[in-house]
Amino acid sequence: MVALTANAAGKTELLFGNEAIARGALEAGVRVAASYPGTPSSEILENLAAVAEEAGLYVEWSVNEKVAVEVGTAASVAGLRAIISFKHEGLNVALDTLCHVNLAGTKGGLVVVVCDDPAGWSSPSENDSRAIIQWLNVPLLEPSTPQEAKDMIRWAFELSEQIGTYCVVRSCTRVSHTTGTVILGEIASRDTLAYFDTSRLFVFVPIVKKHADLLAKVAQVKEIFEKSQFNYYEGPEQPELMIISSGSGRLYSMEAVEYLQLEKRVGIVHLGTTWPVPTKFLERQLSRTSRVLVVEEVDPFLERNLKVVAGDSGWLNRGHVIYGKASGHMKPFGELSPETVINALVRLTGVRHEPRSKEYDKRAKQAAKDLVIGREVMWCPGCPHRATFWTIKNAFRLDGRDGFVSGDIGCYGLDRRGAGGYLITKIALAMGSGTGVGSGLGKLGQFGFSQPVIAVCGDSTFYHAAIPALINAKYNRSHVIMMILDNSATAMTGFQPHPGVGVNALGKAAPVVDIEGLCRGLDIPLEVMDPFDITENTKRLVELMSDRNGVRVVIMRRPCALLRPPDEKPPFKVWVDTLKCRGDECGCARYCVRVFKCPAIVWDRTRGRAQIDEAVCVGCGVCTCICPASAIMKEPLSE
Amino acid sequence: MSEGKLFVDPLNIIVCGVGGQGNILVARLVGRSLAKRGYIVTIGETYGASQRGGDVMSHIRLSARQRYGPLIPPGGAHIVLGLEPLETVRILVDYGNPQVATITNTHPILPVTVGMGVTQYPDYDELRQAIAQLSGQVWFLDATEVALCLGSVRLTNVVMLGALIGSSLLPITEAQLEEGIKERFPKDRLKPILEAFSKGLSYTRATGCA
Repeated sequence: MVALTANAAGKTELLFGNEAIARGALEAGVRVAASYPGTPSSEILENLAAVAEEAGLYVEWSVNEKVAVEVGTAASVAGLRAIISFKHEGLNVALDTLCHVNLAGTKGGLVVVVCDDPAGWSSPSENDSRAIIQWLNVPLLEPSTPQEAKDMIRWAFELSEQIGTYCVVRSCTRVSHTTGTVILGEIASRDTLAYFDTSRLFVFVPIVKKHADLLAKVAQVKEIFEKSQFNYYEGPEQPELMIISSGSGRLYSMEAVEYLQLEKRVGIVHLGTTWPVPTKFLERQLSRTSRVLVVEEVDPFLERNLKVVAGDSGWLNRGHVIYGKASGHMKPFGELSPETVINALVRLTGVRHEPRSKEYDKRAKQAAKDLVIGREVMWCPGCPHRATFWTIKNAFRLDGRDGFVSGDIGCYGLDRRGAGGYLITKIALAMGSGTGVGSGLGKLGQFGFSQPVIAVCGDSTFYHAAIPALINAKYNRSHVIMMILDNSATAMTGFQPHPGVGVNALGKAAPVVDIEGLCRGLDIPLEVMDPFDITENTKRLVELMSDRNGVRVVIMRRPCALLRPPDEKPPFKVWVDTLKCRGDECGCARYCVRVFKCPAIVWDRTRGRAQIDEAVCVGCGVCTCICPASAIMKEPLSE
Repeated sequence: MSEGKLFVDPLNIIVCGVGGQGNILVARLVGRSLAKRGYIVTIGETYGASQRGGDVMSHIRLSARQRYGPLIPPGGAHIVLGLEPLETVRILVDYGNPQVATITNTHPILPVTVGMGVTQYPDYDELRQAIAQLSGQVWFLDATEVALCLGSVRLTNVVMLGALIGSSLLPITEAQLEEGIKERFPKDRLKPILEAFSKGLSYTRATGCA
């Protein structure tokens, strides 16, 4: 394939959605990119980082999404084009700044890409960003394919400069993580120098005037959207049913119509610009028909706005109907698929649809019932989190006061999954919240609260959002143990660097922001533990829990097991001594596989004994201390 | 312009397996090779927390006419390339139909709950029978064994890719796909990869479907 930076206009390439977004920014002459990692958005910045030197860009992983917005805005007010990207959860973090940038205004084109994750494939929620963007009152574009994503990003920069505020492009998993054929455009050469024109102000006062200005900008955008190339109709002149779709709903709708052979009866409006609503465009489309089905990801956002248009124009008063999530024809939760649209069309048109023979269906259902078992995800073999949570679990048991973990967002959340975790995490909300909730619980002593709480967070999360919560706990004299699970990685999202690892987004050396130094500066007692020292750590944790004396920080430090090079020799040979393991007669009821649950310890059904799966075991040796009969043995391999 | 012909348009392929088996790489090599020949290609990837042993699948849509979405409708697969037999059944249950052509690795990867003794991996003969009953034509091969003989279990996906090309179900030649492999990997790593590709290829070419 050609490089992402190749000036090969007109050439067709197969691009990953987020790669196409990066290409669109390059075609628009972007100079600065800032982001915080989060699936499904991370590859946008990764792709720009890979070409940053060649294309002369400044690209950074910011400490969190709010700072990313500020870094991007800085470039914009200095006259440069900038792109900011994050997942839907990141929009919440960024909001405090975003809801003032819209008022303060921008100069160089500023584009925010927010990647939603319908069904929450890799997220703690499937929240729809669009209501927030409507509230921010900035232009909103929704691409349906990698091609459209590239084209919209490029155009959004122009629009942002034309109106003097930022534009938002809402992608979603099925656009960002879809690979598709893309026709490349020309790469703009821009050699603008950064300069902040001090005759201009980028502030939010006078407040009422700024609000009125924003409304005027939105009115201007509405006129532009009325004629946008991203909004169009395909189908018969007067369809008996018309689909209005946005985002990934567009291709599913096209497919469903073709699949059910409804081309002569059903037409499709593709709406690429969803806020502000292009009222006149929609009124013209509505006049074609008396029945409309809205197809969009997650919330009935477009549906509600369309109902306003249809109500104001009198279309609804003529007995015409809008179907969608409110009418129950589409689900108001979960992800769209061709099937969801096919089912709605079958209900609304009465066409018959039998995807496959009844007999085949019966066989398939039987196979599913008899054979198909699930694949649970859990901590990897050798994962430091397993050792840490094992330690905490045992410390709680020894303490005996019904202790629990106040959790956070990261791989350690696997504690909450039944198959592999220990289920000691009883509350988990957002990044950094573990510590904030811990701080609050640690102040409930006056109401009789005496349960020990361990607030956990990962190293990347510590920098992102946990520092203010830690300061809060210190300042307010809360009694809480904050445990930082430092595995030297933003492991869950794909090992992007963060301020603690000494490397920047381009893979170059960067200063290390030292967690210990920060805690010392806050005058908070701190100790560092190796999570694999289970016996020692358990004792110490019990002591710490009994000592209700302010905030304590424990750093559990050991690199993620996946960071180990595949050809590196394991530290230990681990095996089960078959004479010591009494198996099913032991009375431990398979303690190692039932309670400790490392994927490398397996139960040999034929011999009724535990066994180490050498293909899976990474030789961490942690399990040797958990067997009540001391039957798991280890021997150092490295000299 | 596209050369050759798809036996159906759109042609829907699902590559499935377990996280870490390299399913996405196979999908992208196939996709890229066909895009190069002028087909309109869409690949949808579903992986969630796959890195930690979950099931994964890629949907490949090929068309000479128009762009399709990243998800294949239920019952709509034309080819299933299964890198693991249990995963092959999981996909056939949802996306199979009486005509589907299935090419599957026979070597199991046990879910962690099997090791724990909580669940049992299905009996191999029953799995094989179910795959055959849910497919129009089917090829079975132990691609993991072939890969291990070549020195690394990580080559399993390339053996399966070879098997897909050897089945002649796609309008691309051995040489065209080899070209894609050569573009994707550094020269010093190519030898075992090309060997794995060719082993898989000759397997389906020589045996025909079961």
